[in-house]
Amino acid sequence: MPAPEVVAALATRFAAAPFPLGVSVARESLVEAARVLRDHHGYRYYLLGTATERADAIEVLHAVRHPATLDTLFLKTALPKDDPTVDSLVLVWSGADWNEREIYDLFGVRFRGHPDLRRILLPDEYEGHPLRKDFPMDAPWGFRP
Amino acid sequence: MGVPPVTVEVVEREFGELALNMGPQHPSTHGVLRLVLHLSGETVVRAKPSIGYLHRGVEKLSEHLAYDQLAPVYERNDYLSPTANSLAYCLAVERLASIEVPRRGRFMRAFVAEWQRIASHLVWLGTLGLDLGGALGGGTTLYMYCFREREKILDFLEALTGTRFHTNVNMIGGCRYDLDAATAAWSERLAAAVEAALPELHAMSGDTPIFRERTRGVGVIPPDLALAVGVTGPTLRGSGIAHDVRKDAPYDAYGELPLSVPSRSAGDAEARFQVRIEEIRASLSLVRAIVAGLPAGPIFSRKPIKNPKATKVPAGEVYAAVESPRGELGMHLVSEGGPKPYRLKIRAPSFCNLQVVEYLLPGGLVADVVAILGSLDPVMGDVDR
Repeated sequence: MPAPEVVAALATRFAAAPFPLGVSVARESLVEAARVLRDHHGYRYYLLGTATERADAIEVLHAVRHPATLDTLFLKTALPKDDPTVDSLVLVWSGADWNEREIYDLFGVRFRGHPDLRRILLPDEYEGHPLRKDFPMDAPWGFRP
Repeated sequence: MGVPPVTVEVVEREFGELALNMGPQHPSTHGVLRLVLHLSGETVVRAKPSIGYLHRGVEKLSEHLAYDQLAPVYERNDYLSPTANSLAYCLAVERLASIEVPRRGRFMRAFVAEWQRIASHLVWLGTLGLDLGGALGGGTTLYMYCFREREKILDFLEALTGTRFHTNVNMIGGCRYDLDAATAAWSERLAAAVEAALPELHAMSGDTPIFRERTRGVGVIPPDLALAVGVTGPTLRGSGIAHDVRKDAPYDAYGELPLSVPSRSAGDAEARFQVRIEEIRASLSLVRAIVAGLPAGPIFSRKPIKNPKATKVPAGEVYAAVESPRGELGMHLVSEGGPKPYRLKIRAPSFCNLQVVEYLLPGGLVADVVAILGSLDPVMGDVDR
């Protein structure tokens, strides 16, 4: 459970909506919220970056941790499916580098300001983003569950 | 008749920067890691890791299998400590679905996980000796000695679970195999045998001046860099931050067990080596404590699973982490209520630890690349998933 006072502070300052693992912010204020989280609240420890495709949006999540209190907080941003673009957090936490490349690779989310946004797990010439729900699973090389 | 003197002119030419591919098929990259090294002479100027050669799409597969079918799949991720993977998954499902695990089941899970941690660290030590090469007793000597000890552990796990490697011991709601008096006694004997072998292994590695020369001051990770990049596990503890998931967010039986978290402040390859050696000892005392304090009772809390697709998990999202031998192995599970996970992200410790080589390698020699990679202990199955 993330620290309630940090969640409350982010909620008032960035109009962020709390959810059980952390807070959800608008994509315009993501970098600003991340900087406040790192510099003001001390969440210097980058844990992971992931994404979830929902029915109407793609959620990008970054999990960060406070090195002293070891409190883990997820920073969520919902992106519209027709324009999955969001600012990169590489300059805030350098660990976001490969995690954002992985999200780009598997979900097709574009990170503005990322220094080296290439595919990381799949070959460079691969087409499509396999973790999207509409990725065809009946391809000749595909598997049938 | 005199032979005319031969003059040899030595010409040193500046070639500029040379880009060299190290891997993906290279014995010291521990699997299929490719490093694009930009060299000036023998010094690394820039290093770009290229990964993905072992990508199997486990996260996509997770969205197509039922909850009870998935634990064995994850055991193939980090194949040197299979139990840690399925344990993280089981914890995530149990937290989301509020499934209790009996106390004895929690102890048994930790028991197998600790034995596998020892086995995994022995593989790491052996391959590190192999990487550092002929100086350490002819290269393969340390490797063979480590694998001899590891073999005993695998034999024991085979007797306990029927499988040497992918023990498949964790199930949602408990564990699959129980410890009887005979295997408990075997575990005690085995712990004594491994402990007796440790000074010998240390004499072949940490005690030799060549080993110290090649690891001390090599690949220093400052604590700030470690935190910003998200380094976990023994690599983080070698940089002076004594953070261990088992201690700081206890899962399973770890809250009730005496756990020591070794750490070093130097941050170099030698510090990581020392932390792992001490972790082997800490794990040995843990397995002893588990055998001594194993409570009676059931090990599995659910009814026998006849139809795996019948298991449903309420909607929500959860993050559960365990301390694998390589670091924090987390699972971010999103459920929308069906019989299959809606999305599952594996936070692979090797993936996050490997990112740091971009910062470590420049400025060092090519020979240090091998020592640094070996001291980070990445498993490519874990990196690429």
